[in-house]
Amino acid sequence: MNKTSPLRRFGLPIGLGILTLIVWEGCVQALNVSPFLLPGPVAIYHALVDDWGLLSEALLVTLQITGLAFVCAVLGGGLIAVLFSLSRSVETTLFPYAVIMQVTPVVAIAPLLIIWIDNVRLALLACAWLVAFFPILSNTTVGLNSSDHNLRDMFRLYGATTRQTLFRLRMPSAMPYFLTGVRISGGLSLTGAVVAEFVAGTSGQGSGLAYRILEASYQLQTPRMFAALLLISLTGVLIFLATSFISQRILGRWHESAMEREK
Amino acid sequence: MSETTTAVEATVRLRGISKTFSNGTTAVSKLNLDLEPGSFVSLLGPSGCGKSTVLRMIAGLIDPSEGEVTGSREAGRIGFVFQEPTLMPWGSALANIRLPLDLAGVKPAEANARARDALAQVGLEGFADAYPRELSGGMRMRVSLARALTTEPDILLLDEPFAALDEITRFKLNNDLLALWQAKRFTAVFVTHSVFESVYLSQRVVVMAARPGRVSDDLAIETDLARGEEFRTSADYAQLCRRASEALERAMAS
Repeated sequence: MNKTSPLRRFGLPIGLGILTLIVWEGCVQALNVSPFLLPGPVAIYHALVDDWGLLSEALLVTLQITGLAFVCAVLGGGLIAVLFSLSRSVETTLFPYAVIMQVTPVVAIAPLLIIWIDNVRLALLACAWLVAFFPILSNTTVGLNSSDHNLRDMFRLYGATTRQTLFRLRMPSAMPYFLTGVRISGGLSLTGAVVAEFVAGTSGQGSGLAYRILEASYQLQTPRMFAALLLISLTGVLIFLATSFISQRILGRWHESAMEREK
Repeated sequence: MSETTTAVEATVRLRGISKTFSNGTTAVSKLNLDLEPGSFVSLLGPSGCGKSTVLRMIAGLIDPSEGEVTGSREAGRIGFVFQEPTLMPWGSALANIRLPLDLAGVKPAEANARARDALAQVGLEGFADAYPRELSGGMRMRVSLARALTTEPDILLLDEPFAALDEITRFKLNNDLLALWQAKRFTAVFVTHSVFESVYLSQRVVVMAARPGRVSDDLAIETDLARGEEFRTSADYAQLCRRASEALERAMAS
């Protein structure tokens, strides 16, 4: 990987962002575009400040659901993968169903879940979890089965127990795969939460940022829609940075993906 | 771990062993071999002659389809060095060397001390905390060798351990291995396809032929010279190499 200086790495994208905002605002003002159609950055900023009470409350709900779904996905996906790895027949029996759950779009299941589960937040959590857990499950399952064959022989030669092999060989081997799953699942938790909020919102059960977007669109409060969208994006970015950071810390010195090459 | 700690013990005996894999390939057919305690034996042969399979059967990693292996399978007695260093990338050099001890439930303090000893034996004192990724190919192989030695094995099995290394590093590791063997006198079984390496290291070279894998020749490597650079450049060595080469050619022609 080419090492770019921090100034370029952060300066260039931020510069582009600022430039875009200026051009955007300039166009909106010069062409006199109606804020219902496309509000400028200044109008969006005002909406964010004015509606902060409403939006922050919604943000909190979305964050809670995303966070909980993510934690449940990491624990659930990881544990199920370990269970799969310990028994071939369990894996063969259950894996197809995990795939079915994954390939069925959450938008299609969400209305059912919302009918079945009285508590709206719990229903949202279930939807988000459903989307987020699979990448962790499938990645970790592959990882647990991909430890080096000679190392496995080595463990066998020294009489390692199943438990020792699991904790000392298979789990560490699976770590890079697991962490890739975690990174994907972080983003998907948010997606799952937002999609579920939309579905719940259309049936009149409101909460979370996606519901605020829906509500604002009915009221033609376009600046508020943008403000809510901005908060969702920022949440996504934050999740990405956090999971990347954790992954980098854990893989540290041993895995290729985390090494910096000197030139 | 076995109570007996003397290196010289029962002979390893392979009696009429055959190995046919599930895909129908017969890797080894009706092979007999006795390995004297404390001897250094090389298995020399072209690729596909089943020499690695024989080594794995001695280690008990695979079972023969026919025949039996005796005298080698007591737990803790065997050390194995693979063709690749086969280190855990997530563990430091010390953690890798400590692995067999950790698996056997040796207390951490003692395991650390013994692993440090083994690390010193292969000349890597300063590298206890280095990760495999940070070591050169030769150093990784040394770590692998140290790991095999931590359990003080009676039998050390080596599967073309230095094949992937450059010649300079390989010569150096050959000498180190000889020094370790002379100090500890474990039974060494060294698989190689290099005539020069096998003659240089061993007291006996077992030449194997392929399809199916079998013993084709059994050469005693006798010399009055001490093993070392002097031997490597001697007329004795050249003559023994020629004999081994001829035996290998016969094995490949048969």
